[in-house]
Amino acid sequence: MLLNNPFDPNSTLHTCSCGQHASQADHDLAEVDALNQRVIQATVMRALFPQDAERRNFLRSVGASTAWAAISSLIPFGALESMAQEKGALEKKDLKIGFIPITCASPLIMADPLGFYKNEGLNVTMMKTAGWALIRDKVLNKEYDAAHMLAPMPLAISMGIGSNAVPIEVMTIQNINGQAIVLANKHKNNRDPKNWKGFKFAIPFEFSIHNLLLRYYLAEYGINPDTDVQLRVVAPPEMVANLRAGNIDGFLGPDPVNQRAVYDELGFIHILSREIWDGHPCCSFAVPTEFIQQNPNSFAALYRAILKAAAMARDPKNRPIMAEVLAPANYLNQPKTVLEQVLTGKFADGLGNVRNVPERVDYDPFPWYSMAYWILSQMKRWGYVKGEVRYKDIAEKVYRLTDARKYMAELGMNPPKENMKKFSVMGKEFDPPKADDYVNSFAIKKV
Amino acid sequence: MFKPQGFQAALISLLLFLLFLGMWSLATFTREQATLSSVDAEYTVLMGKGAEKSSGFPTPSKVGEAFITYLSDPFYDNGPNDKGIGIQLAHSLGRVALGFLLAVIVALPLGFAIGMSPLLLQAFNPFIQILKPISPLAWMPIALYSLKDSDVSGIFVIFICSLWPMLINTAFGVASVRKDWINVARTLEVSPLRKAFQVILPAAAPTILTGMRISMGIAWLVIVAAEMLVGSIGIGYFVWNEWNNLALHNVIFAVVMIGFVGMILDQIFGVLQKFVTYRE
Repeated sequence: MLLNNPFDPNSTLHTCSCGQHASQADHDLAEVDALNQRVIQATVMRALFPQDAERRNFLRSVGASTAWAAISSLIPFGALESMAQEKGALEKKDLKIGFIPITCASPLIMADPLGFYKNEGLNVTMMKTAGWALIRDKVLNKEYDAAHMLAPMPLAISMGIGSNAVPIEVMTIQNINGQAIVLANKHKNNRDPKNWKGFKFAIPFEFSIHNLLLRYYLAEYGINPDTDVQLRVVAPPEMVANLRAGNIDGFLGPDPVNQRAVYDELGFIHILSREIWDGHPCCSFAVPTEFIQQNPNSFAALYRAILKAAAMARDPKNRPIMAEVLAPANYLNQPKTVLEQVLTGKFADGLGNVRNVPERVDYDPFPWYSMAYWILSQMKRWGYVKGEVRYKDIAEKVYRLTDARKYMAELGMNPPKENMKKFSVMGKEFDPPKADDYVNSFAIKKV
Repeated sequence: MFKPQGFQAALISLLLFLLFLGMWSLATFTREQATLSSVDAEYTVLMGKGAEKSSGFPTPSKVGEAFITYLSDPFYDNGPNDKGIGIQLAHSLGRVALGFLLAVIVALPLGFAIGMSPLLLQAFNPFIQILKPISPLAWMPIALYSLKDSDVSGIFVIFICSLWPMLINTAFGVASVRKDWINVARTLEVSPLRKAFQVILPAAAPTILTGMRISMGIAWLVIVAAEMLVGSIGIGYFVWNEWNNLALHNVIFAVVMIGFVGMILDQIFGVLQKFVTYRE
């Protein structure tokens, strides 16, 4: 099916192997969709023409498209397909889901004690994992069926950047906002980023929104993130320990790590990530394409469970209870008050103020294509992707927006009608179709 | 001769321990948090003042509490990521046992062959010399990538680190069996198999067991680091999980437990060693 890797940035693909699609990627997309249909079609055709010779004669004499029209007028293929997807038995019930102990993972963790997985007939084991590279490896090894991943990871893995190219798809965005820039207490009087040359910052992973946001933020203040500062990859739970040891000057990290640094009187919250880009995606819930193809019913069940959990987590009323449930060692292993401050948005900032920001973290599951566009644009800006980036193909293949809309509508969650939206990052507007112009407009970049 | 000295040594050990505890308490006692100038009350609550906090090095009593809570219920199971210390240790020991056993299966026959044949010894020597000094943890990414399973990778790492001391000691032990004994066996026209099992094996056994004892020590050192790296259940994971929470008192507890188990493992091999030692 795949002659060339469509995500290989070095290969240009103008037309596809059959010539009917604009590119090989479009061809493949159509083929993946067609695969499920074909199984059903083949079954029906076998029933209609028990003798294969008969079928071939029939098709030869009337032509495939006429035959298709004639048969589909008699047999409701569409209904059969959706029935096969929805009503069938679960292919796999015992699932292992990996997560990193941070508040971004709240919905998918909460779905466990709340019984959302069980209600769908799934027996899910939540596996706490030591770092993002390990999450990636365990998903690629099929030790985990699905996992909590940073929003850029499925894009990077699908393109084969930083690992083998394995198609991984994003079911939902886990959380928006909910990150922060934390600086060590010794920098309390050094809040202007222009003076941060020579700083050492920790980021959770190369392919993280944290890395991209921090780079963006620094560059806006004239600091080149590649040459003026050091960015070190440190797993989120180890950031506070590193701050205490003085190995780093600060970090753009996930919560509850930020609040924990304040709680332990090691650092202060310089800004929340929503002050860079309000509504930015942080983590996503990712599933390998292979799993979806082999287990469509289990996948659908998982989808519903995750969306219900997201709806629950969005409600501010539930946040204090979530803090209580997530605190024990089996999940996040953090003091309850730290989680409560993160989730309710009423927090101590480490500078002696109590701030009240209810939007500090939110759990909007909808995977906007525009999010993928921005992530890809920044990956291009900083040289992670070289050459031409085919934003549309990659976003549409990795982000399962149509499915998200379908299941959200089923659950009465009012999904947005559009696939993309404009937004602004630090006051600069991003228009998704003009992503390449956007990349070129920056003075500091590595292209 | 043994009794009075043993008593005195125990007394000194006890005194040293008490002295250590005393210095520890003294070092961690100081500064009650009274210096905090009254910001506003709400901020103080959010910062967790007054509540038990983990900042600062834990006091001996805090660590003592950890001992009591974990040892009073060593086999609890609160889900896949929170299990009692007994279960964690059992998982680690299981991995060590499996990796170690695999190493024995490979190292003993190979060591025997190398020890009996100077040709093989020379042929294998460069490989052994290069592979021996590699840190077992350096194998981890390669193992994870190729074996595609974190549990198997952990066992592989144990295997590779226990292999070399055993292999080298076996080869050395076999090679340095006294020539007289082999000559006697030859004059009696003993079959090669019988020679290997009834002459060489008993003669080389003390050296082989020393190798095993070293291997087991290394394996136990490595498992903790390996589990901190790949997670899932085990004592290394326990340390990592408590480090995340910056709960140093629990980490200290785990460290002491690791020491105890390591000591017991070493003692077992000490007894086995005595069992096979002979006097010439």
